[in-house]
Amino acid sequence: MAEVILDGVTKNYGSTRAIDGLNLTIADGAFVVLLGPTGAGKTTTLRVISGLERPDGGDVRIDGRSVVGETPAQRDVAMVFQQYSLYPHMTVRENLAFPLRSPILKTPEDEITRKIDEVAEVLHISHKLNNKATALSGGEMQRVSIGRALVRDPAIYLMDEPLSSLDAKLRADLRVELQRVQVSLGATVLYVTHDQIEAMTMATDVGVLDEGKLVQFGTPREIYENPVSLYVAGRLGIPRINALPAGLFPGAPSAAKTIALRPEHIHQGEGQAAKIVRVEHLGDQTRLHLSLEGHDIVTLTDAHTPLKAGATLAVQPRNALYFDAAGDRVY
Amino acid sequence: MAEIRIQNLRKEFGDFTAVQSSSFKIEDGEFFMLLGPSGCGKTTTLRMIAGLELPTSGEVYIDGEEVGQRPASQRDIAFVFQMFALYPHMNVRKNISYPLISQGMARRQVAKKVAEVAGILGIEGILDRPVGGLSGGDRQRVALGRAIVRNPKCFLMDEPLGALDAEFREHMSEELKSLHDRMGATTVYVTHDQLEAMQMGDKIVVMNHGVIEQFGAPQDIYDKPASMFVADFIGSPPMNFLKFHGEVATGATVVRLDAQDIEVPEAREAFTGDLVYGVRPEHIRLSDSAGVRGEIIAVEYLGTTQIVTLQTQHGLVKARVASDQPARMGESVGLDFTGSTATLFDNQSGRALRSALNEGIFPHG
Repeated sequence: MAEVILDGVTKNYGSTRAIDGLNLTIADGAFVVLLGPTGAGKTTTLRVISGLERPDGGDVRIDGRSVVGETPAQRDVAMVFQQYSLYPHMTVRENLAFPLRSPILKTPEDEITRKIDEVAEVLHISHKLNNKATALSGGEMQRVSIGRALVRDPAIYLMDEPLSSLDAKLRADLRVELQRVQVSLGATVLYVTHDQIEAMTMATDVGVLDEGKLVQFGTPREIYENPVSLYVAGRLGIPRINALPAGLFPGAPSAAKTIALRPEHIHQGEGQAAKIVRVEHLGDQTRLHLSLEGHDIVTLTDAHTPLKAGATLAVQPRNALYFDAAGDRVY
Repeated sequence: MAEIRIQNLRKEFGDFTAVQSSSFKIEDGEFFMLLGPSGCGKTTTLRMIAGLELPTSGEVYIDGEEVGQRPASQRDIAFVFQMFALYPHMNVRKNISYPLISQGMARRQVAKKVAEVAGILGIEGILDRPVGGLSGGDRQRVALGRAIVRNPKCFLMDEPLGALDAEFREHMSEELKSLHDRMGATTVYVTHDQLEAMQMGDKIVVMNHGVIEQFGAPQDIYDKPASMFVADFIGSPPMNFLKFHGEVATGATVVRLDAQDIEVPEAREAFTGDLVYGVRPEHIRLSDSAGVRGEIIAVEYLGTTQIVTLQTQHGLVKARVASDQPARMGESVGLDFTGSTATLFDNQSGRALRSALNEGIFPHG
């Protein structure tokens, strides 16, 4: 495994700048998740590291070595895509063996068998090794395609939304599995997603991208608790952070244009009277939709709250986040 | 608007029984969810309410009138599908007016109805646009408009948000729900997404293999699952199942697990054999002193809370705890359960045993 550094990388597609002077260090053994909406530059970043795209400016270094002039094979990276692309005429075992048999790696057969058995065990597909790849469920196929990356020992694993085509239960299982595999192998991973749950739960570090720029880099907790901008604050948290005019509540710093409140920033029972518009019982907690002076606020309360739609609830901010007119954090 | 009652409804397709024998009642003005995995019979049930499928046996009452064997055209319902079926060669206004014009309504009245519906849905600005260039959300709004404009007795919706991405789905589900709050129309809604069902439904029917597993208010179904299927299907992460061999006597308030007395709601029936102790993730606390032990194998940070996955003697257990509580991978900790919220199941049948917590939910007991 290795450290990967992007140094001022820029990539244009025609007149569109997909990534813009991107600086990013993926430490050896880190699980870095790039988070951002469609078009933020996540996938382009992966493709520049893998060698599928050539940057227009800047440098990509793997283990201190500039790789911009190298082919994807020379760079020694392993990619997992959103859509599993297995060889349909081969068995699961043959699919997993394929990258190891490449002329560059020339792995001995007993080593191939050992590697496959180990990875199959980790991904719970040992009992499927002799099945044809096409005789698997979607979740199993995606595990095989992750396995095909894991059998190798590359400088870095690059993963492009590998779980997004799976159903919710399987995604939850594989999140835990991927995290466990990464820790046990000490692997370096760069993982791209627009799913905030994946970013928060698996990452050692999250990089938030906005229009091709890295706007914040830190642990999930730092990004959640201490966002540098309103844009970053809106990327994490369910329900979504409430962005309201700063003057709605007393005590805002003078430079603040917006006060942003997560459910834990909204103290209930004191303060200004908000009208309860809707009460949603989600089981483990209850979501309250409030209206305060014409502004919508969504917050959480106990599962068995007696509160009903139409009633009023006093609310006031507690440790709120403030942002200026440009969306930058002021307090 | 309408009250809908289903009585012993059954549907066979050749040898395959899609719906076994369903009975439930949808009150006037309710937002009612048919929830279950694919193949459970929820869409077939909806199609029988609509008249798109005729039942093999059983009755469908709309406003007290039995309509089970009548075609859809005679039932005065509106159907919204997952794939918004719009007329591609018509603009938005024509798509919405179409059902009224085909009923022979006067032009002036049609214009008035369309304007009213466009106002409700906030699509006044796109009435003269062709539907081809619209975003997914606007297309779905137009499809809803076409359903609403007829003032039908009830709306039937088959995963209307299924094709939308997560963020937009959240937005549309809020829109649908507030639309329902404004119009108060009886709505029957099919989904496989438990969170959507919990969030939007006044009542939920949970189906599995053509059988109704449970029927009730969302919070009751969450708190008092009637079966292991329901307990597992509802909630994310789902209810934890700790399997053990043991016994419980009527009136007992503890069970014996790992040589510990574990608290349960007072038992209303006796049972001996393979038992399951069911506990929700948020009802587990990590505590050094507790007797049931587990090793932390994963920690998932979620902002306010975190999900801690533990390997125990009884299988994997997930706990939802505050995110400021320290939890390190590899650590061995004790698990303390909020016993008053637990459910005991018969492992063989998956049925919940009756207790002081859940005794009200069983129809025959």
